Amino acid sequence: MKKTEHKTFNNDLPKTPTGIQGFDEITAGGLPKGRPTLICGGAGCGKTLFGIEFLVRGATQFNEPGVFMSFEETNEELTTNVASLGFDLNDLVKNKKIALDHVHIERSEIEETGEYDLEALFIRLGYAIDSLGAKRVVLDTIESLFAGLPNQLILRAELRRLFRWLKDKGVTAIITGERGDETLTRQGLEEYVSDCVIMLDHRVTEQTSTRRLRVVKYRGSTHGTNEYPFLIDETGFSVLPVTSLGLEHIVSNERISSGIKALDEMLEGKGYYRGSTVLVSGTAGIGKTSIAAHFAEAACKRGERVLYFCFEESPNQLMRNMLSIGIKLEPWVRKGLLRFQAIRPTLYGLEMHLAVTHKFVNEFKPDIVILDPINTFVTGDKEFEVKTLLMRIVDFLKVNQITALFTSLTSSECRMESSDVGISSLIDTWLLLRDIELNGERNRGMYVLKSRGMANSNQIREFVLTNHGVELRDVYIGASGVLTGSARITQEALENSKVLKRKHEIESKKREIARKRGDMESKIATMRADFASEESEAIKILEIEQEMIKRLEQDKMEMAKSRKAKTGNIATKNV
Amino acid sequence: MKEKKTKVKSSLDDLDMTVSNQGKDKYILRLYITGSTIRSALALTNLKKICKEYLEGRYELEVIDLYQHPSLAKGEQIIAAPTLIKKLPLPFRRIIGDMSDKEKVLLGLDLKEVKEKIDFQ
Repeated sequence: MKKTEHKTFNNDLPKTPTGIQGFDEITAGGLPKGRPTLICGGAGCGKTLFGIEFLVRGATQFNEPGVFMSFEETNEELTTNVASLGFDLNDLVKNKKIALDHVHIERSEIEETGEYDLEALFIRLGYAIDSLGAKRVVLDTIESLFAGLPNQLILRAELRRLFRWLKDKGVTAIITGERGDETLTRQGLEEYVSDCVIMLDHRVTEQTSTRRLRVVKYRGSTHGTNEYPFLIDETGFSVLPVTSLGLEHIVSNERISSGIKALDEMLEGKGYYRGSTVLVSGTAGIGKTSIAAHFAEAACKRGERVLYFCFEESPNQLMRNMLSIGIKLEPWVRKGLLRFQAIRPTLYGLEMHLAVTHKFVNEFKPDIVILDPINTFVTGDKEFEVKTLLMRIVDFLKVNQITALFTSLTSSECRMESSDVGISSLIDTWLLLRDIELNGERNRGMYVLKSRGMANSNQIREFVLTNHGVELRDVYIGASGVLTGSARITQEALENSKVLKRKHEIESKKREIARKRGDMESKIATMRADFASEESEAIKILEIEQEMIKRLEQDKMEMAKSRKAKTGNIATKNV
Repeated sequence: MKEKKTKVKSSLDDLDMTVSNQGKDKYILRLYITGSTIRSALALTNLKKICKEYLEGRYELEVIDLYQHPSLAKGEQIIAAPTLIKKLPLPFRRIIGDMSDKEKVLLGLDLKEVKEKIDFQ
């Protein structure tokens, strides 16, 4: 986890950073400076380790020496125990960075003979503090005193004085206490240490255990109140803050290819948004992993880093399987761009998964994270927890601008949309793969159920796995529903033949028209010829007629000439 | 307040006497106190009285002021003050408190027989 700078306000309580991963974030800076803090919890929950890491980080990172006063483990035991976590106590002790003091009380050796106090313990602790100039003190587990010293009244009074004294000394102290039945600690130490109380817990649910941390009380400071899962691994303690306590992460407008061209086309031709969360859900064997692998390969080709969590297959098996559809992942693994992390979901509890995810993501710093599949977490009625887990993962990845692709297996009985409804609100782009059973075949269909912030295609496409990857085909919507597979091929053939036939028809129609046009034109020609002959005949008749009229007139004229009549009258009558 | 380390050593003059005296070993005692507090002073007085009464001539008592020698507290696993450590004879014992409960001091010093004697009186 990156160490984040915390803004401190003027009236804020001064704090001592613990250096423990994540813890300083949830307490907004660490433990109250110069005050004692109570760490309580059951056996084996990590109290001692918390204390040790507080001192070691203080000595190595913040140059604050510390004193560890152990009431249980001897110095040798302690040194050996924490060596496995990479802390070299011997070295720190040698360099006067840390002082270890084992307080051994043997009940059988002790005889109480009257009034006493624990001044010797104060002197002892004070001497250790002064000889190092210590700023940090851990008392682990001071309650052991109750077993060694019978007089509880004195002890309680002295403990109260001790905590007061620690405050006066100005050291930041951690006091650990075993968890009691009804109280936080067996001896009610919380009465004395009232500034800050942190509870550690180690719970087993359904055979998987999870460590959790809770800040019960932090006087004068804000703090996260949730239970935070934490890890103890080879690098020590790490607490997982529920990151992005708001929804204020930066969003990117950059688009990245899904690795499948046709799918990109369905998403405005550009693919997913960077930093978005993609869910691919569908029934068994439908090709969810193939889509994930495409995405991984495409990212690696762009030179991005991909972290692939596989919860069902081993990396080798997955790579082999993907090879069969032409996706070569192995070279990217060798180049170090692709990393597989195969974990059985049942190996850890949910919180632990979150913790592990955090750890690997912080380590590998990927651009893309793939979780394949997420629903193996879901066993029984833990839906709420799973949702919280995923929400935390999603938030965490979003804050880090990491694009996430989850696959989710849905059972074919229930409606796919509803089965994942628990997490749908977290998802930006949701691709749904579904079986289409028709004509004795099972085919794959795919559509974009939702995709925030883009005009995605609403089309159902047929999803085909070929030896060169995933292909998306257009599907036919026929009278009997969506046609896929061989039905689609038949339909295609049918349509092809129809087209051919129509072509033929058009041709013949064209020919017929041509022929008709020929007919028509020849008819016109004969008609024209007929008409021409008729016309010429008519003209001839007309000419003859006029000739006759002329002749008649001439005859009349001649007659009139012969009778000596007025020529003018006759002419007008005839015209 | 801070008192010098005081050493009270009884003379070891007669070894035969110690052996004859109920066959008891020599006592090596160490009293850790914190300065001259009332409790410390009381413990010292009480202890001296008891030693004189029961261990006359066969004990060695060293009084250490922890304020003067703070580093010694760790080595001897001292937490309470005052603490009397019975180094010898075995078993090793820590007697804490101001030694006002005489019976318990005697019990702690394994002087039980003496305790019975007291009961008679």
